[in-house]
Amino acid sequence: MTAWALMTRTKLRESARGPSQAARPVRSRDAAARPFEEIVAEHGPVVMRVCRALLGPADAADAWSETFLSALEAYPQLRPESSIRGWLVTIAHRKAIDQLRGAARRPQPAADLPEIPATDAEPAGESSMDDDLRAALDVLPAKQRGAVIYRYLADLSYAEVGELLESSATAARRSAADGIASLRKHFSKGAKP
Amino acid sequence: MNDKQIIDRLTNAFAGAGVDSDGRLHSRLAALAERQGLLDVSYRTVDSPLGLLLLAATGEGLVRVAFSSEDHDAVLARLASDISPRILRTPRRLDEAARQLDEYFAGKRRAFRVPVDLQLAHGFRRSVLEHLRRIPYGVTQSYAAVARAAGNPSAVRAAASACSHNPLPLVVPCHRVVRSDGTTGEYLGGPEAKRALLAMEAAA
Repeated sequence: MTAWALMTRTKLRESARGPSQAARPVRSRDAAARPFEEIVAEHGPVVMRVCRALLGPADAADAWSETFLSALEAYPQLRPESSIRGWLVTIAHRKAIDQLRGAARRPQPAADLPEIPATDAEPAGESSMDDDLRAALDVLPAKQRGAVIYRYLADLSYAEVGELLESSATAARRSAADGIASLRKHFSKGAKP
Repeated sequence: MNDKQIIDRLTNAFAGAGVDSDGRLHSRLAALAERQGLLDVSYRTVDSPLGLLLLAATGEGLVRVAFSSEDHDAVLARLASDISPRILRTPRRLDEAARQLDEYFAGKRRAFRVPVDLQLAHGFRRSVLEHLRRIPYGVTQSYAAVARAAGNPSAVRAAASACSHNPLPLVVPCHRVVRSDGTTGEYLGGPEAKRALLAMEAAA
């Protein structure tokens, strides 16, 4: 497991306890970090893709915000050579696990925050056809589902996928292939064309 | 259906492009970040007669005003390394400063009433900036007078350098400092801009 994966876990455990009390940013000496705004602009879409696939459209917006909020907190300590996409997807993965376990600390409703109705999280082009796809994805075994999402929707390497799923790159490659094969079988059975 | 078609269908089904076209997700993230004390620097841009200006603020106050000639991306990158990379575009924190700048350019405001954060200037340079804030609208002063007022009469060059590295041009009015021979001298926003500002203030 890489340093950032370990760090992310520690951070998430910390952030589960509540908002950070540390007002002063801690800077690592060698960090030539880019403004976080650039990170959101560049990686916002891929994180949303992963959140939608993991949680469905209704919870994706919350998970997206939670992911970037945790990332913002840990960002000054991120090592400059880290893969930012891999790091963000790792955080989203943990958030999704938390949410699915019902352990997520949901953001408290506050009047001063812009509302995000769940219906608006649904992309305009998403039809009922892909409710079927989501359903098929949801019944895959966890490792296959994770491997398909992280390999094909997040575009991570098999090594990164393996790390996320706590298995090897080889096992991740096999899980992704098995997952795609299951989906193919599901659709060629003629559930729907 | 082959594997490629399955994968295409997956990527289409969960496409993330255009996901936040109205910016609501981003606004919510910024609001959450601010409430949890995780937003160290917020910024926005504002149109002005001198071109697009970048405004950046910490929790303390306005920390940077930059002309587009300074390259706003480069300025933000510097803020990330000098202050913190926890930077988000957050118009709300800067609305008041933007409004006052609009009024200033419209000739309706003679002094800025926004909190400032001078953390980007140190030592003598900071003393110079603190003095500049006291030069009234429409008044000019020589670099020599500024050096004297900032506590070091012989540091005329250092005073000029402090002006040319002013992190808060316009709001900290370095444009009101001119050469002893009466010529306007250098300016971050270009000598044209400096002449225009002085003419505007003299006419008001």
